Amino acid sequence: MIEVENLGKKYGNNFAVRNLNFSVKKGEILGFLGPNGAGKTTTMRILTCYLPATEGSARVAGFDVFKEGLQVRKRIGYLPENSPLYREMSVTSFLDFITRIKGVPRRKRKDRIASVLDRCKIDEVKNRLIQHLSKGYRQRVGLAAALIHDPEVLILDEPTIGLDPKQIIEIRELIKSLAGDHTVILSTHILPEVTQTCQRVVIINEGKVVAEDTFEKLQERLRKAERLSVRVKRDSSIVPQKLASIGGVVSVAPIDAAPGGYIVESTLGADVREEVARIVAQENWGLLEMKPMVMSLEDVFLKLTTEEEGIPSNQES
Amino acid sequence: MRNIWAILLRELKVYFASPIAYVFTAVFLIVSGFFFWSILQMFNTWCMQAMQYPQYAGQLNINEMVIRPLLQNMSVVFLMIIPFLTMRLFSDERRTGTDELLLTSPITMNQIILGKFFGALSVVVVMLLLTGLYPLFAFQYSSPELGPVMSGYLGLVLLAACFIPIGLLCSALTENQIVAAVLTFGCLLLLWVIGWSAESAGYMTREIIRYLSLTDHLEDLAKGVIDTKDIVFYLSFSAMGLFLTKMALESRRWR
Ligand SMILES: Nc1ncnc2c1ncn2[C@@H]1O[C@H](COP(=O)(O)OP(=O)(O)OP(=O)(O)O)[C@@H](O)[C@H]1O
Ligand SMILES: [Mg+2]
Repeated sequence: MIEVENLGKKYGNNFAVRNLNFSVKKGEILGFLGPNGAGKTTTMRILTCYLPATEGSARVAGFDVFKEGLQVRKRIGYLPENSPLYREMSVTSFLDFITRIKGVPRRKRKDRIASVLDRCKIDEVKNRLIQHLSKGYRQRVGLAAALIHDPEVLILDEPTIGLDPKQIIEIRELIKSLAGDHTVILSTHILPEVTQTCQRVVIINEGKVVAEDTFEKLQERLRKAERLSVRVKRDSSIVPQKLASIGGVVSVAPIDAAPGGYIVESTLGADVREEVARIVAQENWGLLEMKPMVMSLEDVFLKLTTEEEGIPSNQES
Repeated sequence: MRNIWAILLRELKVYFASPIAYVFTAVFLIVSGFFFWSILQMFNTWCMQAMQYPQYAGQLNINEMVIRPLLQNMSVVFLMIIPFLTMRLFSDERRTGTDELLLTSPITMNQIILGKFFGALSVVVVMLLLTGLYPLFAFQYSSPELGPVMSGYLGLVLLAACFIPIGLLCSALTENQIVAAVLTFGCLLLLWVIGWSAESAGYMTREIIRYLSLTDHLEDLAKGVIDTKDIVFYLSFSAMGLFLTKMALESRRWR
């Protein structure tokens, strides 16, 4: 449904995103996960035809976002970051305006408005001016506007930001209920959000895709362990044996490309560096190199928000 | 077409749901009412004099001496208020981020621009219709010719249709409403006074400047002469302004 190929966007002289590749299947909910400034909003703006890409291409529902923008825009519902709204309008007249510019046929307008008012639970504020609504309600009005023409594809930029825990759960349920008929991309920097709502995750950092997989597989890749890369000058078969005998070490694996190089994996929290150094010196193997290995994926995870106050983290779907 | 209408309707709602449109109309009515009153006073004195010197009475003409100056004065008032009418049209969308809603909807840039253009123009037309009271007043007490009044009003609408795109263009260039208003006012003033410099220029330049001067074209219409040349001039000037607005908005997306 959505295919992104080598997408890149330059602001001035700097690339905000570069060489992005990912795809979303029909009916799937894809989480777009990344820390602040990763390029989530930029990517979404390109997909919704708001910004032209500097390089690469993207297709939504089979249409090129650049060449066939009108066709793409007909098929997407978009909740921009911070959900910008016409503050001086009332909720109903705002939604009525949106139905018009989204091309909802006249006789369906009333029904569609009633349906999203109900679905996003904003019926009780429908006659209020948007500027008098709280942040959470504004967010829901923005979501209602994105849903109003029942689009095939939904692109939601941080849909739950600014909501209270109860509302967050409601909105996530709402998004989950869209799967199947709708293809959804939602961006977030909150880890539990994707575990609870999304079937697949694309993790981006500094404008690049770091990983793309189901969440379970990603967690597998992120084995809860610490890794150390060690390289010695005088390698022999007893080196791995000795290293493996150090307390806390789980496994020792040779690095194929580097003779005398090993990856020492130890349990989380155990710092084996001192012990490794001592043994290498004691056996006179000649220590060439020793450094902790941090996978880039882990790096990204460290920057993400991993816990949410007030929402049980084991709330499984 | 339906999209233009949607944008137009929203703009009108914003104008009339807030004090903006009412304040504009009130100010416009009061100022042009004052002009009408003082012109009428002047006309009155001329009539008094004409009673003493009947040989001049034939030169008195309510069309030329009251209605035409009134319409010309109203065009000056346009110069002052149109910048305020157009200042928020694009700058505010940009500032609040709502342009993201518009530009990601299945609606073209042309439709957005035209919707906003006709929205502002409608407010001007409403104001002008209300000032129609003043000439109507003149019809009560005298018998002016209807033709020049109508063509004069047509001229004013066309003039507004040239001013508004300049306001739209300036509004598209900045996120700040005040900057947009001042910029628009500067441009309009420059276009206004450009005709004055014509006198001192050589023949060719003079003719070009004359042609470009928005007010020169108004004069014919105020006299009751509907010349297609003037109308074509106004319409193409307006279209040019709208086109430049589109360029400004498009170029902003590429940055
Ligand atoms: N209009 C702009 N002009 C210049 N640089 C920009 C612009 N918009 C974004 N950037 C830069 O591009 C990078 C990616 O920004 P983007 O807004 O896409 O990040 P994000 O993933 O949405 O972050 P957040 O979680 O904070 O919303 C950032 O470094 C940002 O500074
Ligand atoms: Mg963002």
